[in-house]
Amino acid sequence: MIELRNVTYSYGGGELFSEVSLQLAPGSFHFLTGPSGAGKTTLLKLCYGELVATGGEVSIFGSDTRKMNRDDVAMARRRIGVVHQDCQFLDHLPLSENVVLPLTVAGRQAEADANLKDLLAWVGLAGQAESLPPQLSGGERQRAALARAVIMSPDVVIADEPTGNIDWEMSQRLLTLLVELNKMGKAVLVATHDLNLIRAAKAQVSARILRLAGRKLQAAGAEL
Amino acid sequence: MKVRLGFLLSLLAGDPQADRAVPPTGFTARLTVFTSGAMALLAVFALAFSLATERMADRWAAELARTSTLRISAPQDQVGAQTAAAVRLLETTPGIASARALTPEEQQALLEPWFGPDLPIASLPIPQLIEIIEEGDGFDETGLRARLLAEVPGAVLDDHTRWREPLVAAAERLRLLGLAAIVLIGLSTAAMITMAAQAALAANAQVIRVLRLVGARDIYIARAFVRRFTLRALTGAAVGTAVGMAAIWFLPSADDAGSFLTGLGFQGLHWLWPLAIPPLAAVVAFMATRGAALRSLKEQS
Ligand SMILES: Nc1ncnc2c1ncn2[C@@H]1O[C@H](COP(=O)(O)OP(=O)(O)OP(=O)(O)O)[C@@H](O)[C@H]1O
Ligand SMILES: [Mg+2]
Repeated sequence: MIELRNVTYSYGGGELFSEVSLQLAPGSFHFLTGPSGAGKTTLLKLCYGELVATGGEVSIFGSDTRKMNRDDVAMARRRIGVVHQDCQFLDHLPLSENVVLPLTVAGRQAEADANLKDLLAWVGLAGQAESLPPQLSGGERQRAALARAVIMSPDVVIADEPTGNIDWEMSQRLLTLLVELNKMGKAVLVATHDLNLIRAAKAQVSARILRLAGRKLQAAGAEL
Repeated sequence: MKVRLGFLLSLLAGDPQADRAVPPTGFTARLTVFTSGAMALLAVFALAFSLATERMADRWAAELARTSTLRISAPQDQVGAQTAAAVRLLETTPGIASARALTPEEQQALLEPWFGPDLPIASLPIPQLIEIIEEGDGFDETGLRARLLAEVPGAVLDDHTRWREPLVAAAERLRLLGLAAIVLIGLSTAAMITMAAQAALAANAQVIRVLRLVGARDIYIARAFVRRFTLRALTGAAVGTAVGMAAIWFLPSADDAGSFLTGLGFQGLHWLWPLAIPPLAAVVAFMATRGAALRSLKEQS
C-alpha cells in the first residue's frame, strides 16, 4: 500500500538517510527504532506524503508522491491514520470533535457516533470528551491522537512515539488497539524507543523491527 | 452566473462543521462588517448621485431638443409687425409645432427675479420673445436663419443648444464619475476583504496544518473562511444600504423643481437599485476571500 524504494532525504544540508526501502503491505506490522535525530519522524512523514523524497521513489496507494497534488494527498490521508509526535489538535474544539475530525472533513460525520464512545472509553478518555485539548495532559493528548488516527478505520496506521508519555498499563491497551486493527488487515507502522512495547507486541503479532541509524535502515538484530 | 449563484446559496446554507473548524476571529470579523457597511453606504450615495445626474441630463437634453426661443429686437414701432411676421413664418416652417409670442406678463415674470416686481416693462426696450415648440426631428436651423434674415431683420434665433450643451455634457460626465465611484468602492471592498481574509488565514496556520493532517482538501478549508467573510460582508452591506437609503429618503425635499441638490434621490423603481448592493457585496466578498484562501493555501503547503 505504501512503498519506499531507494529513498534519500535531506533537509537541504547533508543526507539524513539514503537507500531506504520499505514496504507497508496490508496486514503488516512494523516497528521503527533508532537514536534520536536519526530521522524516524522524517521517514514517517515521507510515508504519509507530508514530505517528498529528495531521491528514490515513494508510492502511496499506487501513486508516486512526486506527482500527487494537494488534493491527492488529502484523499490519501483519509486512508492513513497518523499519530504525530507532537500531537496537533484544534485547540478551540472539545476533544470529541477533534477525535472525529477525520470523519468531519471527509463529510462522513454520520459514522462518528457509533465509534466515538467506545473508542474514547478504550483509550481511557470517556470522561474528557468535552475538555479542550490544552486542558489535557501530555499522555491524554497522545491517547486522543491515537483515537483520532483510527476513528476512520484507515488502511494504514502510522504512529510516531504513541506511548511516549504513557504509563505501562495504558501503553498495553493502546498496543492492543493497534494489534486488533492489524488483525483486521490494516498496515501498522510505529516509531518508538520503548523496547518493552516492542517485546509485548512480538508476543501478539509477527512484527518486523527496523532500526534507522547511521543513515541506513536495517532489520534490528536479535537483541530484542 | 447561474452556477455561481447556486454555489453561493449552498455556501450560505453552509457546512456548519467546516465553520466550526476555524476559531472565531473577532477583530477581522468586526473590521469586515464595518468596512462593508461603510462602503455600502457610500455606494448608495454614489448610486443616487449617478441616477440624479442621469435624470438631470435627460431632462435638459429633452427640453433642449424641444424648445427654442426667437428674440425680436426692433424699433418700438416695428416690433408688432415683425413679431406677427415671424410667428407666421415660424408656423409654416416644417418641424415646428407651434410658435407663440410671450405676453408682457410672461416677459415680466421672466425678468422679475432679477429686476423685482415693479419693473415698468412697457417703457423699456425689452426684446419681444417668441417661444418655439418643435416636433419630430426639429427644424432645419440654417434654412430658418436664412429666411428670418430676409423677412424679419430684427430676429435672433436662440436654439438653447449653445448654452445648454456643455451643461448636458457636464451632467453626463458627473454621471460617469458616480459610476466610477461605485466601481472603485467595489474594488476597495474586494481589496479590504482580501487583506482581512489573508490575516485570518495567517493567524490560523496551525488550524490549517491540523485540518490537512486529517485529510481536509483546500476547498474544505477555504469554505470555512469564505462563508464567514461572505456573511459578514452581506450583513455589513445590508446595514450600510439601509442607513444610506433612509438618509436619502429623509433628505429635505425643498421643491425647487430641477434644483440639483434636492433632486438627489431615488424616484419610483429606482428605489430598487440600491437593494442590489448587499448581494453584490456578498459576491465581491465571496470571490475575494475564495481567491485569497486558495492562494495562501497554495503558499502554505
Ligand atoms: N524541518 C526541518 N528542517 C531542517 N532539519 C530538520 C527538520 N526537521 C527535522 N530536522 C532534522 O532532521 C533530523 C532528524 O529529525 P527527526 O525528527 O526525523 O528525528 P527522529 O529520529 O524522529 O528523532 P526523535 O527520536 O528525537 O523523535 C534532526 O537532526 C533534525 O534536526
Ligand atoms: Mg521523531
